Amino acid sequence: MTAPRTLYDKIWDDHVVDTSEDGTCILYIDRHLVHEVTSPQAFEGLRMAGRKVRAPEKTIAVPDHNVPTTLDRANAATMTEDSRIQVEALDKNAKDFGINYYPVSDVRQGIVHIVGPEQGWTLPGMTVVCGDSHTATHGAFGALAHGIGTSEVEHVLATQTLIQKKSKNMKVEITGSLRPGVTAKDITLSVIGATGTAGGTGYVIEYCGQAIRELSMEGRMTVCNMAIEGGARAGLIAPDEKTFAYVMGRPHAPKGAKWEAALAYWKTLFTDEGAHFDKVVTLKGEDIAPVVTWGTSPEDVLPITGTVPAASDFHGGKVEAAQRSLDYMGLTPGMKLTDIKIDTVFIGSCTNGRIEDLRAAAAILKGKKIKDGMRAMVVPGSGLVRAQAEEEGLAQIFLDAGFEWRLAGCSMCLAMNPDQLSPGERCAATSNRNFEGRQGRGGRTHLMSPAMAAAAAITGHLTDVREMMAQA
Amino acid sequence: MDKFTTLTGIAAPMPLVNIDTDMIIPKQFLKTIKRSGLGVNLFDEMRYTQDGQEIADFVLNKPQYRKAQILVAGDNFGCGSSREHAPWALLDFGIRCVISTSFADIFYNNCFKNGILPVVLPPETVEILMKDAEKGENARITVDLENQTVTASDGQSFAFEVDAFKKHCLLNGLDDIGLTMEKASAIDAFEKKNASLHPWA
Repeated sequence: MTAPRTLYDKIWDDHVVDTSEDGTCILYIDRHLVHEVTSPQAFEGLRMAGRKVRAPEKTIAVPDHNVPTTLDRANAATMTEDSRIQVEALDKNAKDFGINYYPVSDVRQGIVHIVGPEQGWTLPGMTVVCGDSHTATHGAFGALAHGIGTSEVEHVLATQTLIQKKSKNMKVEITGSLRPGVTAKDITLSVIGATGTAGGTGYVIEYCGQAIRELSMEGRMTVCNMAIEGGARAGLIAPDEKTFAYVMGRPHAPKGAKWEAALAYWKTLFTDEGAHFDKVVTLKGEDIAPVVTWGTSPEDVLPITGTVPAASDFHGGKVEAAQRSLDYMGLTPGMKLTDIKIDTVFIGSCTNGRIEDLRAAAAILKGKKIKDGMRAMVVPGSGLVRAQAEEEGLAQIFLDAGFEWRLAGCSMCLAMNPDQLSPGERCAATSNRNFEGRQGRGGRTHLMSPAMAAAAAITGHLTDVREMMAQA
Repeated sequence: MDKFTTLTGIAAPMPLVNIDTDMIIPKQFLKTIKRSGLGVNLFDEMRYTQDGQEIADFVLNKPQYRKAQILVAGDNFGCGSSREHAPWALLDFGIRCVISTSFADIFYNNCFKNGILPVVLPPETVEILMKDAEKGENARITVDLENQTVTASDGQSFAFEVDAFKKHCLLNGLDDIGLTMEKASAIDAFEKKNASLHPWA
């Protein structure tokens, strides 16, 4: 009889290739996702050492960070020369090393963390890595998924393994049900608000509880996506019938006898009764409100009904950081969050660029117009999300409301492409980081759910979406 | 990768908490296919005005810190994006060691791959070293990886913890891909077993 194990323990144990005396392990990697920004130096390293990609069939590449999202992007002139060089380098590396590839021209192209699950590459119980911190997204399937640096990208390309030490186990339980107007984004931001951006450092988080079970797969991906913003190496959710239903029939999901064998294994992927967690955080689902960020760290979270804090409300090093945030964000302590006026709305990203996110935003926008002078854009997470949204009539709702309807990519989440904020411009964003300059130098970002961003687009200021739902 | 054994150098104080990798190297500098040349853009938006002029009161622009090799930083240094451009930029500027109360996980690992030593010390020790760093170029801090100590300019010495394997690689400047490839037969064996146990993977 083995000791009770957590979900993380089980996935870890099933991927250990070798353990050294000091506990350093070589961990096998089932899926390696690659994008254009963090991979060129890794491929160059392989070439210089005369090494091959060990498992090209387990390596999947897609350009997303640099790619313009305007409809004319087939025209090379829409990209700056350095961006074009990076995308072309990925084209060439994918071809030279024989890895799976979705080029910009492919309808399946999109943000790497949306494409992986959509194509069935991401499966329960797998180890998934990518040179991108939001790889945590794939944890929604009960896969151990985390970001790595470029040197580690090279290590995985060459060996299909990573050198790792095991993290500690942390449980984040969301009990009960969410109230109307409250979404997965509000859960994940509220958890970071409660634990801080370093609260998860050294841990792998397992999210559990009724409110997590009640989320769709899209919502679970939103929750796990921001595990990194809480400092955790990865976020995980045990797979269940919703997971299996999402995976079934996807292009790279197993079929026939392999599906049955996989399903039998996947059903063993849960935390055993009595397994040990080193840290436990519990939030009541019914206590979570629609939230927004006010500052320049994802931990600067408040319910939309709140007011802007003062630096003196904080302690230690956070006092200086909070004052710096207030100055950068141009906010005065005591002002109501709903009085904060915005210029731009961005709906998209690997956090909230999936079909359910677009449905939630469209439900608020249906039959309404955005505020005069507002710049608003919807950037679907993949070409297939875009196609589905058009089929469901969502695209027309966005266009009628005054939104731009873009092609897939990372877009304004990190502004490595033409989609950027100007200095002082203020944005309601469904992305994951409100860091200084993240969406463009001097740009001011407030993070929130797609429904909240849609509400802000209509009123021109941060808005409690529940009031708008009451009107409908 | 360059070895890291001992280092005695100027330490620059950056007490701000949650310094993220977007601050260390903003995204517009990630459009490179090289590892070198990023030092000039280290902390770009904190260091230069929009039109490229140096901001005089930013720590690394002050005369006494322009040759800093050590950063003493606030909690949770290196959070956010996984970009290895952050340690590349630090290294290219000349920083070989960062001292803080905690580091973000990916950044911490990335440092070791590039010959940079991240040192975690308790808050009261980091505060002493921060005050030391504030004295400028006369206050040289010594970091000794072999003996796992940091010594302030007044001779006070503090022990730190570091993973044995990471220490070994850094002390000897080892390429860990080469080390893992020595275990190729174990990887072959794992793949064979996995192909029968989990054929869908």
